[in-house]
Amino acid sequence: MADENIEMKEEQELAPFDPTKKKKKKKVVIQDPVEDVAESSQTDKSDSLPVNDGLESSFAGMKKKKKKPVESISLNDETVDAGEDLDDHVNDDEEGEEIVQQQQRYPWEGSERDYIYDELLGRVFNILRENNPELAGDRRRTVMRPPQVLREGTKKTVFVNFMDLCKTMHRQPDHVMLFLLAELGTSGSLDGQQRLVVKGRFAPKNFEGILRRYITEYVICLGCKSPDTILSKENRLFFLRCEKCGSQRSVAQIKAGFVARVGRRKT
Amino acid sequence: MVELDIQIPSAFDPFAEAKDSDAPGTQENIHIRIQQRNGKKSLTTVQGLKKEYSYERILKDLKKDFCCNGNVVQDKELGKIIQLQGDQRKKVSHFLVQTGIAKKDQIKIHGF
Ligand SMILES: [Zn+2]
Repeated sequence: MADENIEMKEEQELAPFDPTKKKKKKKVVIQDPVEDVAESSQTDKSDSLPVNDGLESSFAGMKKKKKKPVESISLNDETVDAGEDLDDHVNDDEEGEEIVQQQQRYPWEGSERDYIYDELLGRVFNILRENNPELAGDRRRTVMRPPQVLREGTKKTVFVNFMDLCKTMHRQPDHVMLFLLAELGTSGSLDGQQRLVVKGRFAPKNFEGILRRYITEYVICLGCKSPDTILSKENRLFFLRCEKCGSQRSVAQIKAGFVARVGRRKT
Repeated sequence: MVELDIQIPSAFDPFAEAKDSDAPGTQENIHIRIQQRNGKKSLTTVQGLKKEYSYERILKDLKKDFCCNGNVVQDKELGKIIQLQGDQRKKVSHFLVQTGIAKKDQIKIHGF
């Protein structure tokens, strides 16, 4: 058993090595399987001989193992070619070897079956991740903590981490406050601890929904979806400039619109 | 003396329609908002309906459809506003689209 394990390791070390050789002299590859067939027929014979068990069987095992790597290599050869096609677009030859090593990890390794789409997709993303991490899709997400809300008396709501959220969005508290109050249709102000005190009773979910809209309208870049943007005021108009892709768009001014008189009626 | 005969086009205001538009360069929007009143009561306001429409008739239909009370108020800057009791935002939006008073992308629903 120990022997087999060693063999396995050899196979793994060998495999990444060989394809690079192979791509230089392909004729050798074609010859290999022929030898292989001969070998396997030999092993078959040795298997059929029931005389020497201990040594021979392990030997036969070795031979079988030796046969396997050849197969996997020839399989690899195909995949390497595919990989190299990709390489041509992405990187130079040196990194090609890394990809070959990577292939050993893939599930279709050494088997005759076709690879599944998902497996290939995963492989592409692995390659992409290794070479250009920024392109690999898993862009860092800016995580917003949910709004913390307290009730003050019965008629007021305190938005505790308002400042905190403004900072994560990189927006002026005044601007965010204007939007929040306009959408809530109420009035409010910052208190001594920089918390937003709002008239009316609101749940955290209410603030969250409005902040979500604020972000899509005043924070996120439409082109690349990056939140890394700057809001600036030029000639009474607000512009949103993306720090990532440089695109710029104008954004709507916040208007409270009509606010009905509620509460006590003065006549 | 040179007689100044420059016509100053004061009658036409090129930004007239931009005034009550929300986003720059878009058409007039209809804003449906909600406001909290005392306790759990709330109020829905509809701002920006075309002036040609009879607000009273629309209001009448809205009141009948939603079984709620309401009224039309006159705002100095924003014109006539329809007010309805309760949160009728979804229903109002649906009503306006269905009756053809407004297109779906013209309607902006505000609030929480
Ligand atoms: Zn961008």
